[in-house]
Amino acid sequence: MADKVGIEVSVAIGDAVKLARADVVAAYPITPQTHIVEHLAELVASGELDAAYIPVESEHSAMSACLGAAATGARVFTATAGQGLELMHEVVYVASSMQLPMVMTVANRALSAPLSVWGDHSDVMSVRDVGWIQIFTENGQEVVDNVLCAFRIAEDRRVLLPVMVHLDGFHLSHMIEPILFPEQAEVDRFLPPNQYPFPLDTAKPVTMGAFAPPVIYSETKKAQEVNIRASQEVIIECWREFGDAFGRYYSPVEGYHSEDARVLLLTMGSFSETAMTAIDRMRDDGKSVGLVRLRLWRPFPFEEIRRAVKEAEVLIVVDRALSFGGPGGPVCSEVRSALYGEAKRPKVVSFVGGLGGRDISLDGFEAIVSRGMEIAETGSEREFEMFGVRE
Amino acid sequence: MEKYALYVPRLVTKEEIFAPGHRACIGCGEALAVRLVCKALGRDVIIASATGCMEIVSSQLPYTSWQVPWIHTLFENTAAVASGIEAALKVMSKKGKRPARDTKVVAFAGDGGTSDIGLQALSGAMERGHDFLYVCFDNEAYMNTGIQRSSSTPFGAATTTSPAGKMSIGQTSWKKNMPAIAVAHNIPYVATACPSYPFDLMAKVARGLATPGPAYIHVLSVCPTGWRCPPDLTVRMGRLAVETGIFPLYEVENGKYWLSDDSSALRPVTDYMKLQGRFRHLSEDVVEEIQRRVKTEYAGLRRKARRRHHEDG
Amino acid sequence: MTKPENMMTWKDLEIGSIVTEPGNASQYQTGAWRSQRPIHDFTKCIKCGLCYLFCPEGCIGQNAEGYFEADLFYCKGCGICARECWTRAIKMVEEEE
Repeated sequence: MADKVGIEVSVAIGDAVKLARADVVAAYPITPQTHIVEHLAELVASGELDAAYIPVESEHSAMSACLGAAATGARVFTATAGQGLELMHEVVYVASSMQLPMVMTVANRALSAPLSVWGDHSDVMSVRDVGWIQIFTENGQEVVDNVLCAFRIAEDRRVLLPVMVHLDGFHLSHMIEPILFPEQAEVDRFLPPNQYPFPLDTAKPVTMGAFAPPVIYSETKKAQEVNIRASQEVIIECWREFGDAFGRYYSPVEGYHSEDARVLLLTMGSFSETAMTAIDRMRDDGKSVGLVRLRLWRPFPFEEIRRAVKEAEVLIVVDRALSFGGPGGPVCSEVRSALYGEAKRPKVVSFVGGLGGRDISLDGFEAIVSRGMEIAETGSEREFEMFGVRE
Repeated sequence: MEKYALYVPRLVTKEEIFAPGHRACIGCGEALAVRLVCKALGRDVIIASATGCMEIVSSQLPYTSWQVPWIHTLFENTAAVASGIEAALKVMSKKGKRPARDTKVVAFAGDGGTSDIGLQALSGAMERGHDFLYVCFDNEAYMNTGIQRSSSTPFGAATTTSPAGKMSIGQTSWKKNMPAIAVAHNIPYVATACPSYPFDLMAKVARGLATPGPAYIHVLSVCPTGWRCPPDLTVRMGRLAVETGIFPLYEVENGKYWLSDDSSALRPVTDYMKLQGRFRHLSEDVVEEIQRRVKTEYAGLRRKARRRHHEDG
Repeated sequence: MTKPENMMTWKDLEIGSIVTEPGNASQYQTGAWRSQRPIHDFTKCIKCGLCYLFCPEGCIGQNAEGYFEADLFYCKGCGICARECWTRAIKMVEEEE
């Protein structure tokens, strides 16, 4: 294994895609995803990556070109963010429904209006239910590792689904971090060539994307739902084998001092890094707090979440997206429904913060924990609170 | 222009790549066009199809009319899907991941999927220069959803969203010149065709397919349901569209215009329009206006084609 | 033979609902839509094949004697063949109930 190199996370993603030997990259530039696709264009131009780079005229066409390429059995990658993900929305839904494997990194970004190029999870939440496998990452190493895992998961014969790897825009995408890159031979061993079973091929003609009248549409959706649920086992297997090969292990839900904690924070994405430091500080002050980090957003790991939080008294969920007029943070709402049927469950408090690139500091997380405990003790009529907004 | 003595229908391949059992309306000119185009394409093609009449009638789960690899994803993205297929085939062959067959990529879409909602994706694919053939089957409205107007609907035609009434003559804009838009992309091959001239259509498809780079063929597809005309007149109607100069047949090879049927004596447009319910409400004034416009445009096309000939000679 | 759609369970569907049997729509009888049928007068047929060429269904083929004839399993009765026949060898007649 090579030494760690200091590298911008976006550039590292390009290098990971190169290690995965992608065949086709179709992408449209959008902040804060640009450095990923610029680097890939460079790698193709220099011959370091033997792939087709399709400089499409929109994200809608980026995802559409990915559909076409994936349907031929090619290994396919794209990246987007914010408005780009919104523009490709309907195509994203088709990729999963047609079970065309591909990998997309999303440099998570807020949505207009007002225009904001900075990070939050509004874009992710708009594609929550589209049927992709969705993995969250917290640092550059995790992104690189999970891009490699994502190809293997997506193309696994038992799965055949597209995978999104989420990283926070700017907060993670533009950081320079020390990252370990596996050797090409190691990656080749871990990631076998794509063997998509029904490629568009004149030797064996198939019809893809046939239309479904009411008599058969529900059957197609049931098949899709069973498939994505079953993928969780393959995802866990892939992470285990990745860990065995490279020494870094991942799971759907990861704890940090969470086992014995009375109060738990739950975060998703790069905020977890700050939250961990905040937990250390609070524990030094004698507080019984811990952190639960949600890595696998879809398929949602219900059992793992229940197991991770069942002993706690208070669970404070910090979301980076709003569900307007709804129950507050989308992550919290999933967690609440996972716990609803449990006899023993913590009180769940929902915070929404860090919108449009606003940071939550160490002090901020401490304030969230204090306020969360207060709400849990006194009870609150409100579904959620927004954190850090000037009143 | 169709020389039946030279082209014997019996010698056209018997293979039905667009298999019978499709659910197109009775007398559908678009199904006929697709069937003939497919005969010219042969079996070594991958077809990407837009949402629309031909997609719905040919691919109702669990059945398919297609004998060749075929993919439908959405309405407006067919050229982009074809781009992805083409780029992937090229790189996969180069990397030895697929047999080095010379499989061609073809995109099918209707007039709505081409000149309205799919225009951006098509423009992008033509500009990037993918090696593919795009065929627009133009039935001059959104027939699949119930005869709503598109930018390809002719001036004066009544549709369900451009109805004729006391305050309206029907469609109030002139048909978008989609072939000219394709030509403006400087692609090597553009043509117009109509299944009423089957040999001309098939020859153009073969030429478009053999052209390296993007090729665009715009096929007038008579729709008895939407045009409100008897289904047995489908082929005749296409012929009248050409003979009146309303839908001239031509090719543009590397920017050079060639008329497929250079007839200076056009039939009056009424020969074509009077047979169709969608034009029935039009006053003589409006028909006159249409007649003038058709003559002007046809003269312009002839001038362009002739001038190119001269430059060429 | 493809299982009819109303008998298919979700387990019968191929991944991504791909159809792997090319041209299996030929199992579908479109001839049931017909209100008129073509009648061929073979004494007038010159075997030119124009009717075959112009059929939107692709359901006209040559019989054992080489005459062109519509397959009524698919023929929707549009009448294009009758209209386009040079020698008027084809006539459309009403389907009887």
